[in-house]
Amino acid sequence: MAEKILAKDKLGGFLEGLTSKYEVYAPQESEGKAQWARLEDTDKALWEFSNTHMSPKEFFFPQSETMMRFKNVQDGEEGMVMHSEPGLGDKRLLLNIRPCDAKAFQVLDLIFVQDEMTNDFYWRDKRENTTLVGLGCSDPCPTCFCTSMNCGPHSTTGLDALLVDLGDKLLVKTLTEKGEALAEGLADASAEEIAAAEAQQKASEEQIESQVGMDQVLSREVMELYEAGHWSRVQESCLNCGTCTYCCPTCHCFDIQDETSGETGRRVRNWDSCMSWLFTMHGTGHNPRGTKLDRVRQRFMHKFKYIPAKRGGEVGCVGCGRCVQLCPVNIDVRRVVNDMNA
Amino acid sequence: MRNTYVPYPVRIKKAEVATEDKMLKSFWLEFLNEADAEAFDYMPGQFAELSVSGYGEIPIGIASSPTEGNDLLFTVNKVGHVSNRLHNMKEGDIMGVRGPLGNSYPLKDMEGKNVVIVAGGFAVTTLRSTMNWLLHPDHRSKYGDITFIYGARTPGLLLYEDEWRSWRDSGQANVNITIDREAEGWDGLVGFVPTVTEQVAPKPDNAVALICGPPVMIRFTQPVFDKLGWQPEQIVMSLENRMKCGIGICGRCNVGPEYVCKDGPVFTKAQLDKLPKEY
Ligand SMILES: Cc1cc2nc3c(=O)[nH]c(=O)nc-3n(C[C@H](O)[C@H](O)[C@H](O)COP(=O)(O)OP(=O)(O)OC[C@H]3O[C@@H](n4cnc5c(N)ncnc54)[C@H](O)[C@@H]3O)c2cc1C
Ligand code: SF4
Ligand code: SF4
Ligand code: FES
Repeated sequence: MAEKILAKDKLGGFLEGLTSKYEVYAPQESEGKAQWARLEDTDKALWEFSNTHMSPKEFFFPQSETMMRFKNVQDGEEGMVMHSEPGLGDKRLLLNIRPCDAKAFQVLDLIFVQDEMTNDFYWRDKRENTTLVGLGCSDPCPTCFCTSMNCGPHSTTGLDALLVDLGDKLLVKTLTEKGEALAEGLADASAEEIAAAEAQQKASEEQIESQVGMDQVLSREVMELYEAGHWSRVQESCLNCGTCTYCCPTCHCFDIQDETSGETGRRVRNWDSCMSWLFTMHGTGHNPRGTKLDRVRQRFMHKFKYIPAKRGGEVGCVGCGRCVQLCPVNIDVRRVVNDMNA
Repeated sequence: MRNTYVPYPVRIKKAEVATEDKMLKSFWLEFLNEADAEAFDYMPGQFAELSVSGYGEIPIGIASSPTEGNDLLFTVNKVGHVSNRLHNMKEGDIMGVRGPLGNSYPLKDMEGKNVVIVAGGFAVTTLRSTMNWLLHPDHRSKYGDITFIYGARTPGLLLYEDEWRSWRDSGQANVNITIDREAEGWDGLVGFVPTVTEQVAPKPDNAVALICGPPVMIRFTQPVFDKLGWQPEQIVMSLENRMKCGIGICGRCNVGPEYVCKDGPVFTKAQLDKLPKEY
């Protein structure tokens, strides 16, 4: 909605201002990796990093989350009634989130909030109470392919504001009312500064070498892709370890379990994975995705065929490249999608 | 907006062992709050998550019909963690119900048509709901002939006996009940559901068939319908997949792009023919 300028020598004060108003989280260095953490010391925020090791999805969809609580008495009303956890309430802000990860949240919005019934209280509450400040990516990794996935290193989708590093200053692109509130008092950017940010965006996009086609995947019939020959090769090396699903910003499968401890109990949801054999196992012992091939195929079909089919063409991948980097046996999503396209 | 994961509290009004082998138990549940009963607006074919604090939730088809009032009927097979706990609960106990979930049988589209219902084993639950809906005085005249074919292994395993007898005696439907093998005291039909279906030979003209049962029964019943000239669009089936959220988010129950919990559990055979056999 507007382009503003924040001089880097004023950055310290700006960040102090943010931390006094919000619970701010930002990528910081930890064990040699960029990791999300609460910003206690504003000097610790990272400004140069490819992307965080793990995706920030746990800010909205925690690895383990209490949904409801109950009294652990088996008889009577009091014991059996479930009480919802209260919402997040406090305003939270994610600083220096990469555009691909922000785009992932927008994809997940389509899944967590569909209609009156499919309306995830926990997800929605955290989304509404969080501001996303992006940082344009000027040095994409060789594993990145965001430009093939409706996204890009300076994409603004899903963000409230985008910061672009212009050397001694930052261009602040405000995109929503939440974003505008942050830029209050900052000077307008000049035409040259806006042009510099645009040039930087173009340079970053050109640096992305991996191109992954999607046309065929989107137009082909489900069964044609499902029965394709390459799955047997993919499954051969896959360990069904689930690493790709846990690190992915768009993977969102979960399990729900009850836990009791003494007088109280809670119903929790935990991340789950289509790679797990138990994931689809019926009470009777019948398993609709009984083989390793069925399970690895499900991950790719879900992201690249089933989600687009259901959600107006939106793909369940933003090209962040995390699964390419972390798969222990080097299964490369880019190659799999290219096979689906062939 | 309501948190859709929070179950409505209900009281077990009646709990009854439903089969001779004691593996199935029927529960009539009454809502603790009138407003919840209002909000729980369901149709035959839908299911709900039955919730037992400390144990978990399981998806179970709604066996009652909305024409029977506010109380809900569920018939539960004792197979594991939650269902065992449910079997141990008694009248007066409080538990939770979350729903109604999923789509329902296409009762509106079925108006003006003949209806064939084929049930095997305890999968008859949501078809009981459907029969009660169809035979209700407000609805019966909207449908043509109604044929009900239902089988179980032994007479002692047949559910809802009083009801199918009354449907049969009322003359409002052509009711065919069968058991797998001859049994003492049984003077009704003997033979597997597909065989009986072939004998009854329901005509496909202006008709819809609702089929629900164990996978083997479905596998052998389908060719019978093919032979009788039924088209895939006329055959409606209900699927079961492992579920958690029940509302199309947790990503567990999908068959291709379709979520059994939200887009189903009811699908036509024509729809299923285009999907992976992951059910
Ligand atoms: C749409 C639909 C309709 C259905 N309708 C009916 C019906 O009308 N009647 C009927 O009887 N069945 C019906 N079913 C099947 C029914 O849902 C299953 O039989 C039921 O889920 C089994 O649950 P269980 O906990 O008893 O079984 P289990 O096999 O024990 O497991 C089910 C779940 O509990 C967990 N679990 C198991 N053991 C433990 C443990 N020790 N600790 C913690 N977690 C555990 C498992 O991980 C799993 O998540 C229906 C299913 C669907 C999908
Ligand atoms: S990380 Fe690699 S090996 Fe592990 S489940 Fe994913 S694709 Fe398979
Ligand atoms: S599938 Fe891989 S590249 Fe795509 S969003 Fe998930 S982790 Fe990133
Ligand atoms: S049960 Fe969660 S998606 Fe169907």
